[in-house]
Amino acid sequence: MTLLFNLLAQSLQMLLVLALAPLLIGFIRKLKARLLRRKGPPIIQPWLDLIRLLRKEVVLAENASWLYRAAPYMIFAMIWVAASLVPTFATGLTFSWSADLIAIIALLGSARFFLALAGMDIGTSFGGIGSSREAMFGSLAEPAMMMIVFTVSFVAGTTQLSEIAAYMVANMELRASVGMALVALLIVAIAENGRIPVDNPATHLELTMVHEAMVLEYSGRYLALIELASALKLLLYLSLIACVFFPVGLASRDAGAEAMMIGLCAYVVKLAIGGGALALFETTTAKMRIFRVPDFLGAGLMLGLLATLLVFVTRSL
Amino acid sequence: MELLTIDIAHVLAGALVLTSFMLLYQDRMSGLINIYTLHAIILSLSVAWQAYYQDAPHLYFTACIAAIFKALIIPFSLRSIMKRLRIHRTVEVVGGVGITMLIGIFLVALSLVVMLPATASADPLSREDIAFALAIVLLGLLMMVTRRNVVSQVIGFMSLENGLVLAAAGANGMPLVVEISVAFSILIAFIVIGIFLFRIRERFDNVDLSELDRVRGGRS
Repeated sequence: MTLLFNLLAQSLQMLLVLALAPLLIGFIRKLKARLLRRKGPPIIQPWLDLIRLLRKEVVLAENASWLYRAAPYMIFAMIWVAASLVPTFATGLTFSWSADLIAIIALLGSARFFLALAGMDIGTSFGGIGSSREAMFGSLAEPAMMMIVFTVSFVAGTTQLSEIAAYMVANMELRASVGMALVALLIVAIAENGRIPVDNPATHLELTMVHEAMVLEYSGRYLALIELASALKLLLYLSLIACVFFPVGLASRDAGAEAMMIGLCAYVVKLAIGGGALALFETTTAKMRIFRVPDFLGAGLMLGLLATLLVFVTRSL
Repeated sequence: MELLTIDIAHVLAGALVLTSFMLLYQDRMSGLINIYTLHAIILSLSVAWQAYYQDAPHLYFTACIAAIFKALIIPFSLRSIMKRLRIHRTVEVVGGVGITMLIGIFLVALSLVVMLPATASADPLSREDIAFALAIVLLGLLMMVTRRNVVSQVIGFMSLENGLVLAAAGANGMPLVVEISVAFSILIAFIVIGIFLFRIRERFDNVDLSELDRVRGGRS
């Protein structure tokens, strides 16, 4: 009976992230439109777009290889698995033993690898530009992410995300090193999701775009999968920040359905706050020059390094 | 409760180091002044927290001095100077932000490695604060070395002084006279630098300090 309940909770989490990801994007777009005194599309619009895209026929370039057709499925699968491994409303779900932080980063890294390959597959110049830029950003963002993981893991004593979250719930303290890791993670999250100071998610056909350049040739259900995957990625980073740094209301292992409901409400509130902060930040900042991005990401890397250093030093006190 | 108090002090000092890094990173003049204001506000919060922890009322006075002089008067007058010099929209060309940040990390590591063993017998609260304060001083020096614009050098100098105040507040007992005289000497230094700024501007038509090398007859 408990096994059944646990499996149910796990599948609820998987479906929850899938359902919430486009809604989060819609919420952010709506909020940004409201901040500019426009009315904006309804929150459910990204879902409607996805359904419409699924119905449309696929237009493929003649020289597209099997990789081009397989990549959207792989990217979507990897990011969905990664997103559903991050604790959202409860820790210690059935599959959380596999939710190692390093494994999640590896999943995201392989998704990035396939996306970059798919961008180059057809041989248009836009796809090539997008892929090379994505590789450049990735080479700085991933080390920064590893530094953040090291910091958090040193503090909690494990790389298991679920246990880290449980540790953070149990020992709520302020730590300078964890604060620095949080700032570094915010920088990495903005860069990885192509949000405003780094890349503009609302633009098409501009010389500075990165993510949109890679997926420019996709259409129909492939495009739907990739859009859904990028929405899931944003949700993943928000839930990662929420569960490691603000683990308020997270249900513990073996908690009943009631605690999970509280956790669910807290999670939705946290997502709304995070999305609101992102929308506010994006409306008030301008996109930076593309050659300034390595500096921005480099700052994230440095902060991660500093946080790791601080943890090492304070542990030896 | 004890632990939480120490943690808050450490977080504030860490935030000060973080703001020092933001100063190193920022290349827009107006942004630089905003971040300096933030630096001063965090400093006064940190000193006020020390006052609460050590139960030393005169440190509240120090915090007030920091808030009024450094977070209000100096940024305001810096802004008016920049308006009069018409450089308030300039973007400074900083060569190699990445390398500067790397040196900054190295300096923080150095100050942690040096200060933590040196203060082994001290109060756990002040130990890390003093290490952070040394890091802030070194980062201020680094900023003065790497920048060429006078205004950013002044800001580097002011952030250095903030590090000194943090160290003094953590060191359990600094006479009020010393504190007041330090605050006023900083203000006087600021005025002197301001006068120099206008002299340099008059003579060379910009505030790039590399112009001074020509006068010295050295490198050019």
